[in-house]
Amino acid sequence: MRDIKSFVDAGVIGHFPGGIHPPERKSPANTVALRRPPLPSELILPLRQHIGPSGQCTVEVGDKVLKGQQLTEAQLSQGLPLHAPTSGTVSAIEERPMAHASGLPELAIVIQPDGEDRWITRQPLPNYRDCDRATLIETIQKAGIAGLGGAGFPTAQKLASQKPIQYLIINGVECEPYICADDRLMREHAIDIVAGIEILQFISNAGQVLLAIEDNKPEAIAAMREAIDGSDSIKLRVIPTKYPSGGEKQLIELLTGQQVPQGQLPLDIGLLMQNTGTAYAVKRAVIDGEPLLERVVTLTGDLMSQPGNVWALLGTPIAHLLAEGGFNADGDARVIMGGPMMGFTLPLTDVPVIKTTNCILTPSLQELPPAADEMACIRCGACADVCPATLQPQQLQWLAKAKDYDALESNDLFDCIECGACAYVCPSEIPLVHYYRKAKAEIRNIAREKAKAELARQRFERRQERLEREKQERLERHRKAAEARKKMQQEKAATETSDAASAANKPAQDKSSAVAAAIARAKAKKAAQQAANNTSDEENS
Amino acid sequence: MSIVVGLIAIGVLALIFGVILGFAAVKFKVESDPIVEQIDEILPQTQCGQCGYPGCRPYAEAIANGDEINKCPPGGEATIKQLADLMGVEAKPLDSAHGEEDVKKVAIIREDECIGCTKCIQACPVDAILGAAKQMHTVIEHECTGCDLCVEPCPVDCIDMVPVKAKPETWQWDLTSIKQNVAQAKNISSADTIPIKVVE
Repeated sequence: MRDIKSFVDAGVIGHFPGGIHPPERKSPANTVALRRPPLPSELILPLRQHIGPSGQCTVEVGDKVLKGQQLTEAQLSQGLPLHAPTSGTVSAIEERPMAHASGLPELAIVIQPDGEDRWITRQPLPNYRDCDRATLIETIQKAGIAGLGGAGFPTAQKLASQKPIQYLIINGVECEPYICADDRLMREHAIDIVAGIEILQFISNAGQVLLAIEDNKPEAIAAMREAIDGSDSIKLRVIPTKYPSGGEKQLIELLTGQQVPQGQLPLDIGLLMQNTGTAYAVKRAVIDGEPLLERVVTLTGDLMSQPGNVWALLGTPIAHLLAEGGFNADGDARVIMGGPMMGFTLPLTDVPVIKTTNCILTPSLQELPPAADEMACIRCGACADVCPATLQPQQLQWLAKAKDYDALESNDLFDCIECGACAYVCPSEIPLVHYYRKAKAEIRNIAREKAKAELARQRFERRQERLEREKQERLERHRKAAEARKKMQQEKAATETSDAASAANKPAQDKSSAVAAAIARAKAKKAAQQAANNTSDEENS
Repeated sequence: MSIVVGLIAIGVLALIFGVILGFAAVKFKVESDPIVEQIDEILPQTQCGQCGYPGCRPYAEAIANGDEINKCPPGGEATIKQLADLMGVEAKPLDSAHGEEDVKKVAIIREDECIGCTKCIQACPVDAILGAAKQMHTVIEHECTGCDLCVEPCPVDCIDMVPVKAKPETWQWDLTSIKQNVAQAKNISSADTIPIKVVE
């Protein structure tokens, strides 16, 4: 295998195993200019919108907020803050259904826009080259930017790595059918994207930038070529259209001929990948001082009368975007978030747009027939041919059904990127990815349970130790007290016997007095007895 | 003569190996029966005592000494299967005399009703309840094993065992649960929804 540098310098495009060529269907949505829908009546902002923990809420119900005002405080390293996408009032902080296949609710801040769209004071850094790296990374973190390509990994954390970066890869591939949000963004905001790329390059200190675009987006390629004209460190790479070329590991293999080793990150081999949308958001954050408040969302599918790409404020209800796209609702309609390969059917439509929402797809039944009944696997091997991670999908499926988790892990289930190529080609209509997702969730759950059990065991043992220690201490105290009592008794007895002994030693001298004393004692005893008898008599009478 | 040499050589070897073995026995001493550790590893560590032993480790010791493997309701079928594999015995259904397998639960104290008697604190096998005499108590949720032992001692019955709530990140891709989740979500959501088909 050639090293990265000679491969990239040769300017060739490599290839990755597998992959499919589903119908692209990027038009008509990619032919319409970006537009901005009217303000929705409420914005629902889930506290957690990216990979990592949610922040701590810093506003209260009834608070007036300005556009760009911070709503949550990120606490841990992977945390990101959230900002008000427009000015308005916090009308509720409550659990709302989320844009997730499960339809489960999560805590969200609900904002009632006031329509004025008043900005908070922004702090732009147009001369960012005078700032140091840490300041810029902090700016990007404070702007709440997560990777807008799909996974939603905090961008600042990727940039904060101390490992040397050889190449910065900008992912404008957008390989999934229908989705054309990055395409439109590149056509209309190429200059801004390049500015963002330059900021990313400055922060990461990468020697060279590789900008990858699939060859089915000639307009975007032309726009970007014009924008980077004159820059010798940004190289445009046009790659052939194949799904899933936009996957991080697949694109790295295409551009550098290298495979990212299992269990490692691109950073470990000196590569950093960012999405074009993220580059644009970075430019807005640094040069304009605007946090991440909106993103481009593709509205497409046969059931939309006005497909296209829109600037959607984070928190915009999907139902609002469906209205914007002219969605003709009927009972059988499906609303898919994401593309046809990796997306999921939304169980309900009043869920919000979050940082990772790139597409709303409403296909007709003819366009995207619903999944037919699953048939038995015939071991044809078509899935293994198309798997971009060179896994054995049919084998994984058997193992997942058998719940053989050890074997699943040794068959590299966690290398699966859930691209859906295997399920796409499966002649038996087996929903393969569903089985993998389920198995992954179960394996993670077992690991969580195990960690919890271990914690409980430790706490139980500590408690047992503590109880035992307390018991020992109590026994020790009792023993000491008993000893002390014994000692006192012994001492008392000793003094008494010594008295008696001394008395016995001098019988001649004290005999009379001793006798007198004994008589006195006897008398006293008798008197006491009599007194007692008297009183008892009195009581009896 | 050669016999003597042989005897001496064997004797010296025996001495050397004896010393090595003696040293190894001290150096690599196994603290307790490793099978007990392995069984304890499999048990769910709820420390609930439903098996009749005061905690998971005592039950692990009992299993090692030949007790039945089907007395652990929190572990359920999965634990019995693992124990059967480990012990080389036949897996059998859960002994219902010790309870039924149930969903994961967590204890919640209704705090305004708590009188601060500390009885639940003393009952908790994993010290997951926080509080002091005549002060309100509360359950540290992520330490709670759902063992149920704090419910009984509470003189004012202010402890509830509630099922652990599903979260999107811990959801098990059970498609049949979507409808139920949506129904729940709709109850808390004020906005109107466009009726769409839930694909199962």
